[in-house]
Formats: sequence, C-alpha cells, structure tokens
Amino acid sequence: MKNFIKNRDFILFSIIIFGVIVVGFANPYFVKPSSLSDVLTDTSILIILALSQMIVILIRAIDLSVASNLALSGMLISLLSTVYPELPVVFFIVLSCVIGTLLGVLNGVSIAILKVPFIVTTLGTLSIYRGLIYFVSDGKQVYSHEFSENFLALIHYKFLSLSFLFWVAILVFIVMYILLNHTRFGRNLYSLGGNPDAAKYIGINENKYIILAYAISGFFAGLCGYLWVARYSVASTQIAIGFELTVISACVVGGISVMGGVGTVVGCTLGALLIGLIRNALPAVDISQFWQLAISGAIILIAIIINTKTEQRKDKTIMVE
Amino acid sequence: MMKNIIPENPPFKLLNILYKKEFILLMVLLSIIFINSNVTPYFLDLYNLIDSTFLFSEKAIIALSMTLVIIARQIDLSVASIIAVSSCVLGYTTSVGMDTYLVISFTLLSGIMCGAFNGFIITRFAIPSIIVTIGTMSLFRGLAYSFLEDQYYNKFPKFVVSLGSDYLFGYIPYAFLTFIILSIIFAFILHKTIIGKRIYSIGNNPESAQYTGIQVDKYTFVLFTLNGLFSAIAAIFLSGRLSSVRPNIAFGWELEIITMVVLGGVYIYGGSGSILGVVISIFILGMLSFGLGLINVPGVGIIIFTGLLLILSIGFPSFIKYFRSKNE
Repeated sequence: MKNFIKNRDFILFSIIIFGVIVVGFANPYFVKPSSLSDVLTDTSILIILALSQMIVILIRAIDLSVASNLALSGMLISLLSTVYPELPVVFFIVLSCVIGTLLGVLNGVSIAILKVPFIVTTLGTLSIYRGLIYFVSDGKQVYSHEFSENFLALIHYKFLSLSFLFWVAILVFIVMYILLNHTRFGRNLYSLGGNPDAAKYIGINENKYIILAYAISGFFAGLCGYLWVARYSVASTQIAIGFELTVISACVVGGISVMGGVGTVVGCTLGALLIGLIRNALPAVDISQFWQLAISGAIILIAIIINTKTEQRKDKTIMVE
Repeated sequence: MMKNIIPENPPFKLLNILYKKEFILLMVLLSIIFINSNVTPYFLDLYNLIDSTFLFSEKAIIALSMTLVIIARQIDLSVASIIAVSSCVLGYTTSVGMDTYLVISFTLLSGIMCGAFNGFIITRFAIPSIIVTIGTMSLFRGLAYSFLEDQYYNKFPKFVVSLGSDYLFGYIPYAFLTFIILSIIFAFILHKTIIGKRIYSIGNNPESAQYTGIQVDKYTFVLFTLNGLFSAIAAIFLSGRLSSVRPNIAFGWELEIITMVVLGGVYIYGGSGSILGVVISIFILGMLSFGLGLINVPGVGIIIFTGLLLILSIGFPSFIKYFRSKNE
C-alpha cells in the first residue's frame, strides 16, 4: 500500500483529481460532465503525440519535428480533399498516416544511416517540413467550407457522449500499452534506451529500432494531422506551431526520462492529461492565455528537476547494495 | 581486415590542407560568391554587400559564444527567447525614462541572469542541457509574452538606435564591427589560451576533464552565462535596428544559430571545431540568403535550404562511408 501511494503515476493521478476539484470550486461550470468531456477531447491529440514521442524518448532521442510533420500531412490531405471531395474519409486518414510515416522514416534514416545527431536532424526537418507547407499551399489556408462533408463527418461522431477524438486516443493508448509491455519490440526499446551497448551485444539492431521508432512517431503525427485539421476545420501554414514542446513537456511530466529507458504508458498519458487540464483550466480561472507558454516552460523545468532527483536516489541505492 | 587497423597516411602534405574543413568551407564560400555575382549584377555592389551584413551580424555574435557551448558538449536552445526577454527589458527601461547607460546595463543584466539560470539548473541538478533549454526556451519566451501581451515597444534611446542602424566612418555597421572584434577575441581565447584547451578537453571527455582538475561545472555555468550575455548584446542591436519589439522577436533563431555553428565544422557532441570555420560558415549562410533574396527566392525557400544544408553537411561524410562499406 505504501509503495502504491509513493507510485509516481498515483501521485500524478491525485494531482489531476485535486486540480479538477480546485478549478471546480473557482468555476463550477468547469466540472460539468460536458465541459470535462471537452477537456478530454481537447487533450486527445496531445495524448496520442505524447505516447508516440515517448517511444522516441525511450531510446534516448527526441523528435522535434512532430508538429511540422502533423501540419504538413494535414495540409496535404486538406488540399487533396478540396480537389477530390468525393473520396471516402478512410482514404484521407490512411493517406495522412502514410505521409507522416514517410516523413518519420526520413528522420530515422538520417539519424541511423547518415549518423546525423537526432537533435540536428529533427531541428532541420522541423523547419524543412514547415517550409514545405508554404510551398505546397502557396501560403494559403484551407477554410472549413472547402472541406467535404465526408471529410468532417467522422470527427463529430460521438459514442457514450465521448468524442471520436477521445476514442482514438483510447485506442492508441491500448495499442501502445500492449506494444511496449507485451511485445519483444517494446522490451527491446526499453533495453536500447537503458543501455545501448549492452543491447547491441545481445543482438538488438540499433539502426532498425531507431528508424522504426521515428516511423511510429511519424505515423501518429500523420494521424494527428488528419485529426487536427478535421477538428478545427482549418488547415494553414501555422497550425500546431510550437506544439512539439507541449508534447515533450507532457512526456517529461509523465515521468519519461530523457536519459532513456524509463517511463510507462500510463504515466505518459497522465502527464498529457495534466498538461491538457492546465491548458484548459487557465481560461476557466481567468488567467491570461499569454501566461500559458511561461507556465508550461516552468512545468517542464520543475518536472525534470523532480525526475532527476528521484532517479539519482535510485542510482545511489543500487551502489550501496 | 588488417588494412582497417593501420590508418593510411595521405601521400602528400598538401592534401592535408585540402582535406581541412576550413578549406572546404572557404571553397564553398568562394563558389557561392562566384555564382551569385554571375547570376545577378547587384551582388558585388559594395553598399549592397555592406548592408547584407545587417541580416546576419546579430545571429553571428551569438554563434560565437554558442561555438564554445557546443565545443564543451552542451547546447543552448533558449538564446532566441533570451533575446525576447532582453528586448522587453530594453523597451521597458526606456519607457520608464531611465538613462541610456542604465537601460543598457539592465538589458545586459537580464541576459546574464537568463543564461546563469540555464547554467545553474544544468550544473546544480546535472540535467542534460538540451532538455533544460527546451524548458527555458518556452519559459523565457512565455515571460516576454505575459509581460508584453499584444503590445509592443517602439521607443528606444538614440544611442541604441544608432548602434543598430549606423555605420562607423560611414562604411562599417556597428553590429558587424562588434562581430569581427569579438570573433578575433574568441579565436584567441579558444585556440591560444589554457581556457580554450580546457573547453576542448571538457567537450572530449567531461569525466576525465573533471579528474584532471578542471572545474567542469564552473566552466559550464560561465559558458551559459556568456551565451545569455551575448544574446542580450544581440538583442540591443536587433531592437535598435528594427525599432520595434514584440514578444515573438527573433523567433526560430536558435535553429539558424546552431546551423551556423554546426555547418562551420563544430562537432555537435563537443570536443572539436574552430572559430575560423564558424566565421566562414556565417559568411556562407549570409551570402547565400542574400543572394537568394536578390533573385527573389522567398524566405521560406531559404529556411528549407538551410535545414537541408545542415543535415547534408553532417550526413554527407557518413553517406559516403555507408556506400563504401556496402560496396566492399
């Protein structure tokens, strides 16, 4: 029981519940079921991206290009939908995922085969992908009335009064949980991040895993490209700009160690939920939107400091034993 | 297999010079200037060339201190956000009517404090600088946003405005002059003093540097503080030149500055690189975007080009190596 209370995920969960209650006292409208369901819908994309970013962070890398990847795939399918409005929505979703995966594989190949450090690669593709949006769209926006009804129908679908977006997030959560905890692929990712040298000696092909991790990150960025464009019914050069930092902060708050090999799917999801809650709660308690960036920066720093302190304590006990 | 163990020496000593990164960079620079001057007649105009330095001098100043940071195996993604903070301080202190020297000292102080904050978190808690500066990147930028909201500053002391837009003897822009002087100082410190040698050894192996008695944490802290100070200096030139400060000032500059450094042959994981290489790469990027601008390539094209150049310049050697190993 004591261990359970000390459990990081449990603490995060308590903070989220506590946060909802506090905000609820300040603004009772915030805790109405419909309003809370909106918060979940709003956080769904963040959850999906945080879970896919987690895979990359597990192997000691970071993918800074997710937001640009999302925006580029979203823009490409939006442009396509204005030309061929009669195509089924499934086609757009699949296409968006394929584009995203390709962009992710490009990152992976650059890192694994060209040996360009991940920070250089993803900083580079962050601006390349963002720049390409201007080229394909000519700097124009795709507005809501230009999307076909097919394209937008799915996103407004509700089941058990929870939105389509949130159900997708739940599905991704389940897939990731199984992938990371119950498959060889997942366990190998953890061992690569925990000790790359040892992992190589037991025959794990590092390059293959790097490319796969970035491909998965790209796949979900592509998926979110569709979700984002459909949800807000607008595709522009500016969508999701800077969102990669929010995604990384969700991972860090969720206890994913940037040193690699440490972190759980549940923790990561709770981290994303906490960030989503804060983003949604600020307007509810009358704090200016302009503070949002500073607050998420501060949260990242506090979370890393807490993470590092707990990790260091673990190291010491191992040495004493 | 044996031939891999014994390294082959290049046959001529002349070839050694040819293989130097700085030499290759210089050739790239010369060919860019050659192509540019053939494509458009406006390129080699003296006044045009002088004015083109305005486009990169501020970034170049930060690139110098960033070079030291990267050689010491660290990275600082928060520089552009520090510019935002310092510019806000500059605008605010002017708006409350402080004297020029106070305005400038407070601006520099704000940069130093931001840099020292980075350095403190990184050394005190032993956290990788990449993740700390991702955090402070949004923290500092966020502070600028929450302070200015949707307002802007457009009044600065005369001295600051003239620093940003005037020329010494009518020819040399002050920002460019500062960059040249600083790069000579930095080249001296990095290549001719014990401080420089220590920075290299920290970058090569922080642990063994620690064992040889170098105070690694102290050096790291000072380097980040220096980076903050230089961001503040760049902020003064930039605000003076633009005569307008919004919270999104210098957005995305961290990428361009890191590109300057890495393209100049500084190894991103520390331990090698030279100021000369960085200075040449600054001119390459400056002349490139100036030339592309003259032939009406939009800014986005330049961004894509810079990104590609960054990845390819590092990836190309491994690309060749990869293909050679495939063929064998």
